[in-house]
Amino acid sequence: MAEVKQLVKGLADQHGRSMESLLPILQGIINQEQHISEDAMVEVARELNISAAQVYGTATFYSFLHTKPLGKYVIRVCKTITCMMHGKNQIIQELEAVLKINLGETTHDRLFTLLETNCLGQCHKGPAMLVNDEPYTELTPEKVRAIIMKYKQQELNVN
Amino acid sequence: MSDKINLKIDNIAVSIHSGATILEAARKVNIRIPTLCYHEDLCVAGNCRVCVVEQSGSDRLLPSCAMPVAEGMEIHTNSMKVRSARKQIIELLVSEHRADCTRCYKNGKCELQELASEYIIGDNGFIDLVAHKGYTIDNFSPSIIKDDSKCIRCQRCVRTCDQLQSISALTVAHKGEDMKISSFFDKPMFEVVCTNCGQCVNRCPTGALTEKTYLDEVWSALNAEHKHVVVQTAPAVRIALGEALGMPPGEIVTGKMVTALRRLGFSSVLDTDFTADLTIIEEGNELLQRLKKVVKEKDTSVRLPMTTSCSPGWVKFIEHAFPELLPNVSTAKSPQQMFGALAKTYYAQKIGVDPKDMVSVSVMPCTAKKYEADRPEMRSSGYKDVDYVLTTRELALMIKQAGIDFASLPDDEYDSIMGESSGAAVIFGATGGVMEAALRTAYELVTGREVPFNGLNITPVRGMESIREATIKMEKVLPEWDFLEGVELKTCVAHGLSNAKHVMEAVRDGKAEYHFIEIMACPGGCLGGGGQPIPTSPEIRKKRSEAIYREDALKPIRKSHENPEVMHLYEAFLKAPLGKKSHELLHTHYTERNRY
Repeated sequence: MAEVKQLVKGLADQHGRSMESLLPILQGIINQEQHISEDAMVEVARELNISAAQVYGTATFYSFLHTKPLGKYVIRVCKTITCMMHGKNQIIQELEAVLKINLGETTHDRLFTLLETNCLGQCHKGPAMLVNDEPYTELTPEKVRAIIMKYKQQELNVN
Repeated sequence: MSDKINLKIDNIAVSIHSGATILEAARKVNIRIPTLCYHEDLCVAGNCRVCVVEQSGSDRLLPSCAMPVAEGMEIHTNSMKVRSARKQIIELLVSEHRADCTRCYKNGKCELQELASEYIIGDNGFIDLVAHKGYTIDNFSPSIIKDDSKCIRCQRCVRTCDQLQSISALTVAHKGEDMKISSFFDKPMFEVVCTNCGQCVNRCPTGALTEKTYLDEVWSALNAEHKHVVVQTAPAVRIALGEALGMPPGEIVTGKMVTALRRLGFSSVLDTDFTADLTIIEEGNELLQRLKKVVKEKDTSVRLPMTTSCSPGWVKFIEHAFPELLPNVSTAKSPQQMFGALAKTYYAQKIGVDPKDMVSVSVMPCTAKKYEADRPEMRSSGYKDVDYVLTTRELALMIKQAGIDFASLPDDEYDSIMGESSGAAVIFGATGGVMEAALRTAYELVTGREVPFNGLNITPVRGMESIREATIKMEKVLPEWDFLEGVELKTCVAHGLSNAKHVMEAVRDGKAEYHFIEIMACPGGCLGGGGQPIPTSPEIRKKRSEAIYREDALKPIRKSHENPEVMHLYEAFLKAPLGKKSHELLHTHYTERNRY
């Protein structure tokens, strides 16, 4: 709690305390914490002298401002029509099978979260997805398995 | 006049000041354009599109509530294009609205229903989306029910909570088809900063936000054998109840209301005004005690300015927003709760009824009073002091259900020993009223003379201006109060929590040198309360206010300390203001609450 308070205060000192500062502050929290917790939102509200609900309203409007804890690797599969026609549903099915979670969920080891997202601008190379900030295109079920294995291996090496 | 704009609406010439909207211009010539998101008290949102009109020479339809008039405009409010667009807009709104009208609390009083009926929304081509939306109903609060399935996202509630009250307990969350009106993390209204003021309820066009009703409980109590049901009526109910029963705003219906309550079967019909007078005695004495401790004894543990505590919306607001200022709030309970505590002690003893057989009901212009009655502190009699709180609207409904023709009722008088009241109590219902009542009493206590205002009318604290200040100089005081000689008593009155916030920020930052502050959570004070008849507007509140001051002027007793039944209460029961009994029954404490 004290850490969140420090973080938010620092961000407010940096970006200001007007309504326009709200988004940069929320982005700053995402960079540090990956998601914006209830406590963080209350602190933002306090710093900016606005209501916590207003912070919540803004945070929930933007797809990349998360209000729930996510896994270390956030997978965002493009859900828009071109990727859908390129087989996005099979990609999601494969991811669900490999990760043993449903869309919107996080794995038990808190490594992966599976989400859908709006257009990633890769329509010519669909289906496309992001893993954190890394784009992957022209996906097939085989490719998806390999990608996931790569991240799992990476984790094993770290430990 | 050069700043007049001339235009034609449905071929009728209109001349109106520049900056006015097409909607205002149309109303000027009595053309009704339907609206949903528009409300006179709020800023323009322009999001429901029901008010669209056509302009000659333009392909696009214009939202008349948001569009300013321009010279030479030719507007059509009823062209084929407008009518079909409007109908389709209403159909689309209905497709996402749980149109369970016959079972809805707002049945017959719903603005969407009215429009749907006017435009004959049949089985249309749109899929009913309600089943796919996963809507929730939040009915945990003792005051307000929020039913998302009835919400049309017009955002009147969001604007009310933000602009009038500066709370923003409700906000717009998520986007696109998932967009909804939400509290912080969609928590129940009961758990967030909501003050239960009910201003959103008063402005919601549908049944998405309603008061929690206790009609069934009250009817059961009235029909139960061996139950003595006492009822108290707040000052602002008597000048607004008529509106919900077909009368014009500003009608005083005190006598008819008393008759109606007797006919409904209440065993004792008593008056919150009685305890309003009592509040003035307790609160006035508390103010003088605080002044004595601060000015004379230099006691730094006692805080000034003192603020009033009769508005439960205000009390919950300060508990959330300025917990560090809670010691500034008067410890006197609100008139409703003083009444409740006395009903099951003093009154029950006097009439020989066991308090466990007594049911205490109050009729209030307020939804926050329901929450107040539920607070754990409000059980000083050993029982729940006030069992059920009804709003003005609910009482009107009871009267209708009972088949009573209200307009033709004869007048009647309140029952005695807790039914007498002064003009000072009546004006509790208007912003500035508590201040005026307190000054009438406190000034006389200190100087032995009446307040130096013509007809006891302390006009500087009256009116609808958002924040008002008044100063009274204490001169030729009685020996007991010699430390107040020459002191200028500085007072401030604010209504609507947005204004309250400004005042309290000034107090917190040490920028205000007031002694006494009156705050009412609702615009106009209780007369504009969240439990009052719908609709409300600046015009309607003005009429209610005039009625309140008329009622005050008509009262033979104008000062709280001259109320004979209150004097008797002190002699026979309480003994002295701020005494031991008063402390047990009439004073309370406050709780710091969370920031969201």
